[in-house]
This record gives sequence, structure tokens and C-alpha cells, in this order.
Amino acid sequence: MKILIVDDFSTMRRIIKNLLRDLGYNNTAEADDGSTALPMLQNGNYDFLVTDWNMPGMPGIDLLRAVRADPRLKNMPVLMVTAEAKREQIVEAAQAGVSGYIVKPFTAETLKEKINKIFERIQEQG
Amino acid sequence: MENQEDSKEALFKQQQLDRARELVKLMESGEEEAAGRLIEEMGRMHESLLFQELGKLTRDLHEALNSFRMDSRLSELTQMDIPDAKERLNYVVAMTDQAAHRTITAVEEALPVSEALAERARTLAGDWVRFRQREMSVDEFRAVSQSLADFLGDTERDAEVLRKHLSEVLMAQDFQDLTGQVIRRVMTLVQDMEDNLVGLVRISGQRLSKPESQDPTKPGGPAVKGTSDHGDVVSNQDDVDDLLSSLGF
Repeated sequence: MKILIVDDFSTMRRIIKNLLRDLGYNNTAEADDGSTALPMLQNGNYDFLVTDWNMPGMPGIDLLRAVRADPRLKNMPVLMVTAEAKREQIVEAAQAGVSGYIVKPFTAETLKEKINKIFERIQEQG
Repeated sequence: MENQEDSKEALFKQQQLDRARELVKLMESGEEEAAGRLIEEMGRMHESLLFQELGKLTRDLHEALNSFRMDSRLSELTQMDIPDAKERLNYVVAMTDQAAHRTITAVEEALPVSEALAERARTLAGDWVRFRQREMSVDEFRAVSQSLADFLGDTERDAEVLRKHLSEVLMAQDFQDLTGQVIRRVMTLVQDMEDNLVGLVRISGQRLSKPESQDPTKPGGPAVKGTSDHGDVVSNQDDVDDLLSSLGF
């Protein structure tokens, strides 16, 4: 399981990386915005994307749309971890095809629960 | 508007010139009384021009103030964004405070646990050496064996406690992202304020630096020291008289 963590704050990337390692996912890489993340995703055999929304350069919502528009990436599960908490925004992310949505600040338990939920859904579908 | 002003001024000049010629004529022909009336009239005209200028300035000021009131961005900044920014910075203070306390609390709870584990391990290590050197009675060994079993169980439990505290320290660091986003937003606001203030200074600066004497004959009222009234200005009536006499008056 190879996971890409996208957030403009390196502290948050490290927190998520450590939480994922706690959950048994050791193979992670990091990017600081959508425009650096997208080529990594296109060339890197990633299985899972965790992204922030509000980032300078390409925001997470655009990255999500780009992933869904790419025929090779469109089925990749995308978990959004963001401080954006407006209803419209969550609806917007859902409409863009997000697999899970976590509002910061969050707990380790929340992250674990959402990730498990995403994988359960994938297994049901597969 | 400008053309209207210019033609008005030209008309005024022409009128003044006509009157000056008439004045010379009257004085030459010795009609002192008529000359005096004409001088008075010319003074009044000058006064009325002063009032016109004052009126124009007042109107400009009024318009500038109005356009200011209508600049919704500026009023939005003062009415909404500044109090908003205060609240946001309060959030930063609260978040950093909370993160520091979460971290300190976790450390305070973790330290005694790790110290107790180290202490018990040290005691058991001593016992273990004596056992290996066969210096231990059977009864004593039974007791040590029991406390070794307890220690292993407790270590497993306490390692989990320590892991939880360390996770807590890790999670407390999420303040950096959240406060960072807020601070960036406030920085954008400060930038916005700066741009608006620069605009404000530019508007008022234009008024100040507007050269009054582009046309040196344009009436500007009395010369005032310490203002933009400088350059070729006479300082008293003697200077005026000297100047006039040098011109053949």
C-alpha cells in the first residue's frame, strides 16, 4: 500500500505520516501542493491519496478533480483532511468524488476509522 | 469642466486688464474719485474669485469624502475584517496555548511512568545477576520470579501508556497548520490594509502636491510661510512699491 500525503504544512504531513505508520502503512511519500502531487501520482503507482484542501498553487479540490479526470487514476481512493468545514465545501468535495472527508483538528481514531471505512467500501465493490 | 474654468479665468483676466487700462486713463486725466471707485471694484472682484476658489475646494473635499464613504472595501476592512482579524489572532493564541498544555501534560504523565519502569528494571537486573551467580535461595527466587512476571506484564501495559502520551504530543502539533493558515489570512488582510492606506495617501498627497503656481499669475491668496507658497514672493509693501516703481509706475 503506497500512500501520497499532500499538505502545504510539513508539520501536518509528518503528523499524518506518523499516524499512518501507527496504522501499519509504512510506504508513504509527501507533496506540498496539487501541482507537485499530480505528476507524482501519474508516475508513481500510488494506491491511496490523502490531501489537504487549502494550499497555495493547486488546491486539494482541483487535485481531486484532476485525479478523477485521469483515466489511470480515477479509481484511486482520495481522503481529504482539511480545516475547510463549510457545508457547501463538503458537498462540493463529495460531488467531485472524494472518498472520505476529515475536518482538522482531528484525532488518530478518526483517521483510522475513515481509512478503514474507505477500504471496506473498496472490498465490497471489488 | 476644465475648459469652463479656463474660459472663466480668461474672461476675468480680460476684465481686469480692461479695468486697469481704464484706471490708468482715469488717473492720467486726474479723475481721482472715479479711479478710487474702480480700485475698490477691482478688489471686490478679487475677493469674489477667492470665494469661488474656496467653493471649489469645498466641493472637491466633499466629493473626496463621499467617494471614500462609498469605497465599500475600506469600510468592510474597518467594520468587518479588522474585528475579524482580532478574533482570528485570539484563536491563534488559544490554539498555541492549548497545544503547549497538551504537550506538557502528556510529558508530565509520561515521565513518572518511564522513571518507574527504569527503577524496577534496575532492581530486577541486580536480582538477575545474583540468580546467575547462584547466590539466591529458592524462596527468594520464587519472589523474584513473581516480580519478574509482574514487571513484564506492567511493561507491556506501560509501554502502551507511553505510546498514547507520545501520540498526544504528536497530535498536539496540528496547531502549527491551523494557526499557520489563520496567520496567512491575517497577513493578506494586513497587505490589503496597506494597499488601501497607500491609496488614501496617494489621494491626499495629490491634493497637497498640486502645484498652485503652475501659472504664476493665478490667484492663490496670501503667501503663507511654511507652506508651498514660496519662490518669487514679495515680503512687504515696500517690496511691492519698489517693484512697481522699477516697472515705471
